[in-house]
Amino acid sequence: MAKQHAFRTDTQGLESLFALLSDQGYAQMGPVVRDGAIMLGEINSFDELAQGYTDEQAKGHYRIKPIPTRGLFQYAVGPQSFKQYLHPPRRKLWSTHGSQEKFTIEEGNEPEKMVFWGVRSCDLEAIKILDRIFLEGAFVNKWYQQAREQLVIIAASCPVPSANCFCTSTNTGPKPESDFDIAIHEIMDHDCCYYILETGSHKGEKLIQKLRIQKVSEEELDSLERMIEKAASSMEKRFEPAEAADLLKKTLEHKHWDEVGSRCLSCANCTMVCPTCFCTSTEDITEITGEHSERWLRWDSCFNGDFSYIHGGKIRDSTRSRYRQWMTHKLSYWYEQFGTSGCVGCGRCITWCPVGIDIIEELEALAR
Amino acid sequence: MAQESDHAEVNRQSLQRDIWLPLLYTVKEKKTENRGIVTLTLAPSAEEAIEPMEPGQFNMLYAFGIGEIPISISSLWNLQSTLVHTIQDVGAVSKAFCDLSTGDQVGVRGPYGTRWPLNKAKNKDVIILAGGVGMVPLRPLIERILNDRSRYGKLNVLFGARSPENIIFHQDIISWQADPTLNFQITVDHAYSNWRGHVGVVTYLIEEANFDPENTIAFICGPEIMMRYAVHACLDANVPTDHIFLSIERNMKCATGFCGHCQYGPFFVCKDGAVFSYPQVKIYLNIAEL
Repeated sequence: MAKQHAFRTDTQGLESLFALLSDQGYAQMGPVVRDGAIMLGEINSFDELAQGYTDEQAKGHYRIKPIPTRGLFQYAVGPQSFKQYLHPPRRKLWSTHGSQEKFTIEEGNEPEKMVFWGVRSCDLEAIKILDRIFLEGAFVNKWYQQAREQLVIIAASCPVPSANCFCTSTNTGPKPESDFDIAIHEIMDHDCCYYILETGSHKGEKLIQKLRIQKVSEEELDSLERMIEKAASSMEKRFEPAEAADLLKKTLEHKHWDEVGSRCLSCANCTMVCPTCFCTSTEDITEITGEHSERWLRWDSCFNGDFSYIHGGKIRDSTRSRYRQWMTHKLSYWYEQFGTSGCVGCGRCITWCPVGIDIIEELEALAR
Repeated sequence: MAQESDHAEVNRQSLQRDIWLPLLYTVKEKKTENRGIVTLTLAPSAEEAIEPMEPGQFNMLYAFGIGEIPISISSLWNLQSTLVHTIQDVGAVSKAFCDLSTGDQVGVRGPYGTRWPLNKAKNKDVIILAGGVGMVPLRPLIERILNDRSRYGKLNVLFGARSPENIIFHQDIISWQADPTLNFQITVDHAYSNWRGHVGVVTYLIEEANFDPENTIAFICGPEIMMRYAVHACLDANVPTDHIFLSIERNMKCATGFCGHCQYGPFFVCKDGAVFSYPQVKIYLNIAEL
């Protein structure tokens, strides 16, 4: 990190950043404690941010626990990712009024300008993957583009990865390296904590200039480095994305798909929590009068039966074939489609699988 | 991104059309092909029209209050801004299209997908193999070839239908049969005693067709099982693998690679297809439930 882009501040500094962005009319989204988990929500005052919690994750297991310090980022990722704000689970595309003889079409709402607080490096990489999907191909997703252009990203480095995290394998963490406006590094100093703020864009620099900040010392930067090293070395799960991509192309008829298919519930949880799964379906909601109808976009999953339906039946009827589709797409065909893996190592699909299927273990089984 | 430039960015892109927004078209003509299959001729309701289409491409057609489906362009004979679409009633939305009347409105967005690579067929013999409504995306291709007939070698149009009642495009068939510059053959899987033509699967017609295999391009569209056998019949006749093209069908919701439904191995059928060369899809054709 270049020292001229790094500054030291405390919780009050972050509070003034929050107030500044509020004054500028942004909707601010960040981690909050809800339903016994670290969820994401719109925060109207700084103290709504999840504070003083850590989490415990294992295969099919998630718990939050209070900790004695007031740390803001002492947990790994929760079930939700910021995908839900850039690519909402439900969004009205347009509405129409009239009859089949004559009708008019009215566009849906435009996105609001948003700030994302505490985007972990895995989720930051996931946003960059969504950019490739929705902005960099032959077609542009206009709504996503508008939301993205107005977005302020406040990233946060990840001091305590969970047992399911493997961002060191996917080269997506634990420290945000680029593509943020401001990155927050929370350094625990005994029972206290301070923050190193790093700017990553002109927009970020302009915001920082308005805050009460101090120069950062060499010792403080060393503490940050040690924290990142410790976080990185705590991750035990490993895989090699390029090897996995090759392996999956050679194992389309492997008998292990039957085995994993027998455990998988085809519940779609993994695709709902994945920060890069982007599949959607459209729904037409028509009033009983028949004069008004709306087209909605909603998240869909390759685990749903109707996902592959064409007249006459489903292409992927068995759970085996749906799991194969998800995994080969995510870890292999994603490269052909978007020039990168679809996995950012966040571990959510492992944590939130109700039967504890672990994508890395399945990969290992396919390699045997 | 610099804050100053943000507004300029938003202005630039606000000029772009949202991919999800259809243009309104009016049904100018409706022709019943046979039971449950209609051909609609659509013209833009206002000034704005979609870009010109090429054989093999498709549009997303919206029926008011019902939904949207992908439908191939079925004729490009008329080069005006009208669109010709042939639709079979197989679900709620396609039924709504079959029930439309002249003067009704529909939504259209497109054109989408790859085209039949007609340039590769220049000075070559051509086999066109159609199974059932698989003839729909092939008809504009036949029109193009007939319109510039001297550019191509021998032309074989081989059409298989389930039964005589399932045959579409009767007027075209009459003119193709009368045309000495092409070999048109038709076969049905099942027939009654009044049928005087071939009975059996369409792939057998390849054996009787007249072409120079090394110098032949094959364009195939039909049910996937038919295409698998058709590809093998072409290969058995020594047509080179990279001279075979086929149109794959999958569920499509967006047509732009955003919804994920039409994935087929590494491909999005909506934008990487629907027309593929055989070498592109060879390894995926024989894997069940891919």
